[in-house]
Order: sequence, then structure tokens, then C-alpha cells
Amino acid sequence: MLDQSTKDRIQSDIDASDVVLFMKGTPVFPQCGFSAAVVGVLSHLGIKFKGVNVLDDDSIREGIKQYSDWPTIPQLYVKGEFIGGCDIIREMYETGELMEMLNTHGVDVNPQPVQS
Amino acid sequence: MAMQAHEIEDLIRLAFPDAKISIEDLRGDGDHYSCMVESAAFLGKTRVQQHQMVYNSLGGRMGGQLHALALQTRAPKS
Repeated sequence: MLDQSTKDRIQSDIDASDVVLFMKGTPVFPQCGFSAAVVGVLSHLGIKFKGVNVLDDDSIREGIKQYSDWPTIPQLYVKGEFIGGCDIIREMYETGELMEMLNTHGVDVNPQPVQS
Repeated sequence: MAMQAHEIEDLIRLAFPDAKISIEDLRGDGDHYSCMVESAAFLGKTRVQQHQMVYNSLGGRMGGQLHALALQTRAPKS
């Protein structure tokens, strides 16, 4: 069961930024391939986001899975809404739905120029 | 203790008898699979909901006994 104090801390993390990624490691040093993949997508799209390193706090690491009823990390939240984990973010990126969702959520998007 | 591909398929089929399921062992270690599930049960459901339905069919093994399952889901084209 998710205790109230952990839930409150998770909620304040989610509310602290438009785009929040619960991940293993940090955006600069991801410590898991799946987390790194989502960081890569967000960075490529030029999206500002807050990384929450679940490896720093076991109660957050387990609590976030109950909070969203989602068994794995990473987990992406946009304006408080759970969007998905690595598979879904990657699929949305490939189909263009990720940009569309960010726009409809009113998130500032400025894609980086792709180095050819 | 990792899982066998047929174990994963059996669990998913139990929950989705009509499903088309394809599973690939990405590294041959029984721990990294990709899986496509097509079922009418997904009609009208968001991707998150579809994936949650599959994870539920795996009975809590996702993220524990089963470390990596690159999952794709879809409803059959009507």
C-alpha cells in the first residue's frame, strides 16, 4: 500500500514541473538503458524536463509503481498525467504522437537541429 | 529466475483467448523479450490501459521475474 507521505512527495515531484521523468539515474548520467532511451527522446525534442532519480529513494522507486499502477521505471508525466514508460514513449515518438500530445498539453517544444 | 517465451504466451493467452501474440527472445537469456499482442479487448482503450491489461495478465511478474518486455499492443483493424 502506498503510504500518504510517499504519495505526497510523489505528487509534489509531479506538480513541480510540466514534464517529469521518474528514472534510474539522472538526465546527465542515466543508469539504465530504458531510462536513457527516454532521456534521449526528450533531449532530441528539446523538451525541458525534471528527472527524479528513483535510485536515491526506495520508497519513491516502489511507490511510483503503485501510484500509476505501472510496474516499471522509467515513467513519464506531462502536466500531471502519466503518459507511459519506455515502450510507449518510443512508439509515440516514432508515430509523431509525442509532439502532438506535448502541443495539446501546452508544453514548450523547440526541437534541436539533427546533426547529419 | 527468468521466464520462457511459452510461459509468457500462455499467461497472456489465458487473459486474451482471441489474441494474436508474437514473442521474440531478444538476447537468448530468457530476460529480454519483445512482444506484440493484438486483441479485440483493447478496442477503445488507451495504450497505457492496453499495456496495463497485459501486465496484469502476467500476474505481477513484470519488473520482477521478467526484467524487460518491449511491449506493443493493438486492437484488430475494424
